[in-house]
Amino acid sequence: MNYTDEFRDPVAARGVLAAIERVVDEIGATKDKPLHIMEICGGHTHAIFRYGLDKLTPPGLEFIHGPGCPVCVLPMSRIDECVDIAERPNVIMTTFGDAMRVPGRRKSMMQAKADGADIRMVYSQLDALELARRNPGKEVVFFGLGFETTTPSTALTILQAHADRQSNFSIFCNHITVPPPIKALLDDPYMVLDGFVGPGHVSMVIGIRPYDFIARDYKKPIVVAGFEPLDLLQSVLMVLEQIRDGRAEVENQYARVVPDEGNPVSIAACNEVYQPRPSFEWRGLGEIDASGLRIRDKYAAFDAEVKFEIGYGTGPRFTGEQDGCRCGDVMTGRIKPHACPQFGKGCTPEMPLGALMVSSEGACAAYYQYGGLRLEAVE
Amino acid sequence: MNQTVRPERRVLAQRVTLAHGGGGKAMRDLIEDVFTSVFAPPGMEDQARLMDASLLEPGAELAFTTDSFVVSPMEFPGGDIGTISVCGTVNDLAVGGARPLWLSAAFIIEEGVEITTLRQIAASMQKSALEAGVRIVTGDTKVVGKGSGDGVFVTTAGIGVIPPGRRMLAESVRPGDIALVSGVLGDHGAAILAARGDMDLTSDIRSDCQPLNHLIEAVLTAVPDIRAARDATRGGLASALNEVAYAAGVGIEITEADLPLRQEVRGICEILGLDPLYLANEGTLVLFVPPDQAVSALAAMKSVPAGRGARVIGKAVTAHPGTVIMKTVLGGARIVDMLVGEQLPRIC
Amino acid sequence: MCLGIPGRIVTIADASRKLAIVEVMGVKRQVNVACILKDDELIESLVGAWSLIHVGFAMSRINEQEAAMTLDVLRQLGEAQEEIEAMRATERMMAVAL
Repeated sequence: MNYTDEFRDPVAARGVLAAIERVVDEIGATKDKPLHIMEICGGHTHAIFRYGLDKLTPPGLEFIHGPGCPVCVLPMSRIDECVDIAERPNVIMTTFGDAMRVPGRRKSMMQAKADGADIRMVYSQLDALELARRNPGKEVVFFGLGFETTTPSTALTILQAHADRQSNFSIFCNHITVPPPIKALLDDPYMVLDGFVGPGHVSMVIGIRPYDFIARDYKKPIVVAGFEPLDLLQSVLMVLEQIRDGRAEVENQYARVVPDEGNPVSIAACNEVYQPRPSFEWRGLGEIDASGLRIRDKYAAFDAEVKFEIGYGTGPRFTGEQDGCRCGDVMTGRIKPHACPQFGKGCTPEMPLGALMVSSEGACAAYYQYGGLRLEAVE
Repeated sequence: MNQTVRPERRVLAQRVTLAHGGGGKAMRDLIEDVFTSVFAPPGMEDQARLMDASLLEPGAELAFTTDSFVVSPMEFPGGDIGTISVCGTVNDLAVGGARPLWLSAAFIIEEGVEITTLRQIAASMQKSALEAGVRIVTGDTKVVGKGSGDGVFVTTAGIGVIPPGRRMLAESVRPGDIALVSGVLGDHGAAILAARGDMDLTSDIRSDCQPLNHLIEAVLTAVPDIRAARDATRGGLASALNEVAYAAGVGIEITEADLPLRQEVRGICEILGLDPLYLANEGTLVLFVPPDQAVSALAAMKSVPAGRGARVIGKAVTAHPGTVIMKTVLGGARIVDMLVGEQLPRIC
Repeated sequence: MCLGIPGRIVTIADASRKLAIVEVMGVKRQVNVACILKDDELIESLVGAWSLIHVGFAMSRINEQEAAMTLDVLRQLGEAQEEIEAMRATERMMAVAL
């Protein structure tokens, strides 16, 4: 048992798909009047397209791709600031691969690297800290992005750096949290959503109670899902059953990884290291209160915004998008990727306008790469 | 016969300097000690003078190809830049149905590279050349200043002969043709990633780098009508299939469950978020054969060590011309597109 | 931020820094185990444990019982569907034969 292959079993998949079809029928949803289920997390968007789940589920069920892609919601100004830091003397900028090709106003990090900046991809923040240890004459900065799945690992790395007194190490913190943008979407009168598939790995950190408000205040079902195709299909079935039965509850399909109460060590580390920013800019959603994290003053020595005097509160900010870019509308599920006038024309994976075409979780990239529009055309 | 006894030339330096590229004594010593004493080319002139009877057969064609190799790190489990510089060019000839004969080898060496590294590269090249049954017959050496190169860059060109009657062309592939691979996918790409060290992963994966000409000859003996062959190098299986689909104007359908993958390669892909379809291979063949010859082709491949892991993976179809579609393990379908840029590790 | 894969802890690398070696399908990597180490637990007791690995950190222990229960439900759905499909195939055969 490797806890991966078993959850990709095609026989079980057929069983769940048949059950999904039955329940969609019972609800009476059709292609013209479909149910809208939002998968919040970009990793789920990726999995849906990778396995062709949107084509396997009945036409009465439509997936609305949510804003849970931390790369996609990065404002261009943050990329600009990151490139700015990377281009300063003696800096080694480290980042996850996901951020390398996101366009800034001047350039992406990939382009900055080609222009000579020392930018390196790492698998873990710990590898960045190790780089700092091995290069005492350099300033090593880590581009911290991600939702709550990744915030604890950055926090634990800061705590380790603090214990080691690794003074040439800092984090450019762009960590954000999931519940605020969900609330923003639920408050949006134009969003018609019947249920949610919840982010499995965010939840292994924060638990499932932060989603109570969705069921209690907005009367929508939410099922926290794992990332293998059977996890997604089972979660969709559970959401549909709630809709059919007129229930609105928070359920945990991913109980093998997600404890209901979350991970105490992670939560404690995050509380120790971060405090919420009063508000943070989200691409496509504008400013959202208490949705971004900054490093507490106690750990200011590891805060790149303090060290390099850049970022929030240091001057005028560009808060916009490229001309013609409709990333915001796609990301909030208002339009599908191929409805964006730039899709496949002015915006392609080779020459992306916005982050959704570049990020591996971006709905546009997934649509373009795995099929979506082109699959429909060939069927 | 005039026996000329020439004094042996030896390099005494530990590292390559600009003098070694200067055209003088130092360069002569380097070339002879490190390269020509190993490759044993047929003459001492600037050009190799060659003949092979197969060139004269009516209907035979000369095949000619070239490739440059810049891999970093230069050495990795299963081979080094020397191994792939010979196998890569041999295979480029072989997939066209050519019998490879002669290779040239040009080196651009960064100042400061250790002489022992060059000796190792030369030894790997000769070993692969012998395995493939080719000779390295001419070459060139240049040295560039520190920072102007990246260790050693190698360019090889290869000459082979396509016997009369063979026509292996991507555009010949027709709907109904069966697609086969000779073995597991992605070993080379995964080995390089692990060897680079920046992801700090430990595994036993070795590059699959090997010459494929004997394998192709074995299949051609059983199946003279191979439509097309490709070695799935940069861009992996996905790129090779897309090239064929585009050239032939056919659709291609493959089945995910039939793709042979080593467990460790799956592991690296799962950890880094990579798709094994795009990982490079340096010793894996993709073949298209007429449907009634698929069984023979498979048996012929399996009879040779390089083809032991051969499998049928899909077929060419009339639908969706130019597009490759994969049936996923779940039964759904997804497009397998050409790679855009480099595949990067991800956390999302 | 979602890419996580189950891996098995195979040895302890540095107890003071809470580092262990995890294996995923034969590939090994050093990971930080602070998140899955309980206060009173000895780090050595983690050897053999399965955990969800994300960016070099073991984030959550895999609950083998829950995994088995989830798989049970899924398998039952799969088996039920296989039976339905088998019955339908038989019906079709019978319809043709009559």
